[in-house]
Amino acid sequence: MTFLSNLFKRRSSAPVARDRLQILLAHERISVGDGKDDLLAQLHREIMEVIKRHVAVDQDKVQIKLDRGAHCSMLEIDVEVPGLSDKADKAKNAAAGKPSAGGKTKPA
Amino acid sequence: MAKVLVVTSGKGGVGKTTTSAALGAALAKTGQKVVLVDFDVGLRNLDLVMGAERRVVFDLINVIQGDANLAQALIKDKRIDTLSLLPASQTRDKDALTTEGVAKVIEELRKKFDWVICDSPAGIERGAQMAMHHADMAVIVTNPEVSSVRDSDRMIGMLDSTTEKAKSGKKIEKHLLLTRYDPQRAARGDMLATDDVLEILSIPLLGIIPESPDVLKASNVGAPVTIAEPESAPARAYAEAARRLLGEKVEVTIPTERKGLFDWLFKRRVS
Repeated sequence: MTFLSNLFKRRSSAPVARDRLQILLAHERISVGDGKDDLLAQLHREIMEVIKRHVAVDQDKVQIKLDRGAHCSMLEIDVEVPGLSDKADKAKNAAAGKPSAGGKTKPA
Repeated sequence: MAKVLVVTSGKGGVGKTTTSAALGAALAKTGQKVVLVDFDVGLRNLDLVMGAERRVVFDLINVIQGDANLAQALIKDKRIDTLSLLPASQTRDKDALTTEGVAKVIEELRKKFDWVICDSPAGIERGAQMAMHHADMAVIVTNPEVSSVRDSDRMIGMLDSTTEKAKSGKKIEKHLLLTRYDPQRAARGDMLATDDVLEILSIPLLGIIPESPDVLKASNVGAPVTIAEPESAPARAYAEAARRLLGEKVEVTIPTERKGLFDWLFKRRVS
C-alpha cells in the first residue's frame, strides 16, 4: 500500500528545478548584467539610509528577510530603533507613575 | 576564414575539457585544421585528456612572453595530423595572460588553422575572460542541473557584454551543448529536460551528449572520446555536433548505445 501510494504520489523534481531557475535568473539577469543592484537591493539601501538619517542603527539589530518570487517579491526590514524605544519607555513610566511602582509591591 | 570558438561553462566539472578535445578531434577528422588552446593556467588538463602530457615543452605563457615561438609550442597530435594542441602553463601566474599577448597569439593561430578552440577554465576570472575575449562563437557546456544552468546563464551574460565582439556591437554566436544527459532520468522527471534548459537559457542547441562510461574510459587512455570510442553514443553525439558547427543541418537526437542481443551475449562470454 505505502509502496503503491508512494509510486503514484511521487512528484518529479525537474519541474521544481525549472521553476526555481526561472525565478532566480529573472532576478539575476537584471542585477548582474550591468553591475547595478536590482530594485529590492536598491530599496533596502535607500530605506536604511533614511532610517540612519534619523536614528543611530545598530547593524546587529537589523533583520532583513527577502523572498524573491515570480510575480511579487517581499522585502522585510526589521529595525530596532533604540532612541524611540528609550523615549517610549520613559513616556510609559511617566504615564504609569507611582501606581505602577505600587503595583509591583506584593499585595498584602 | 578561421573561427575562434570558446568552450565555456562557468561551473567546473561539467565537461569543458572533454568537449574541447572531442569536438576538436571530430572537426579535425573531417579535414579541418584545428588547434586546441588550453586557457586553464595553473591547472592545465587538456594535454592529459589528449594524451600529450609527456610532450609538453613550451606553453601559451611562454609564447606570450616570447620565450618560445608558436611553432615550438604547438604539439601535433599523433593520431590526426590536422589536430594540434597549445598547452597552458603550470606556473600559477594568471596575470601573465595579457590581453595584448593573447590577442597576438590568437591572430597568429587564425592564420594557421581553420578552428581555434579555446578551452576555458571554470569560474569567471582572468583565464575565463581571456579565453572568451577574442571568440567569434561560443559553446556553452551545461549539465541538466540547477547550478550548472545558473552559471551558464551568467557566462552568456559575460559573452554578450565583455568580449571583443560584444564591445564592437556585434553578436557573438552562442551554442548550447547539454552534457551528461540521462534520457531515462529526464523522462521520469528527475532531471531537467532539454526543453526546460533551452527555454531558460534561450540559445540554440548544438547537441546532447548522453552520460556514458566511455567518456571516462577515453580520458583514462588519453584520447578524445571521438578517437578512442568513435562508435560510442557520446562520440556520435560529438561528431554530429561538429557537423552542425560546420553548418550542416543535422537533426538533434540523443544517440544510444548500440547493443544487440549478440553484443550482449558476446560481451558476457569475453568478460
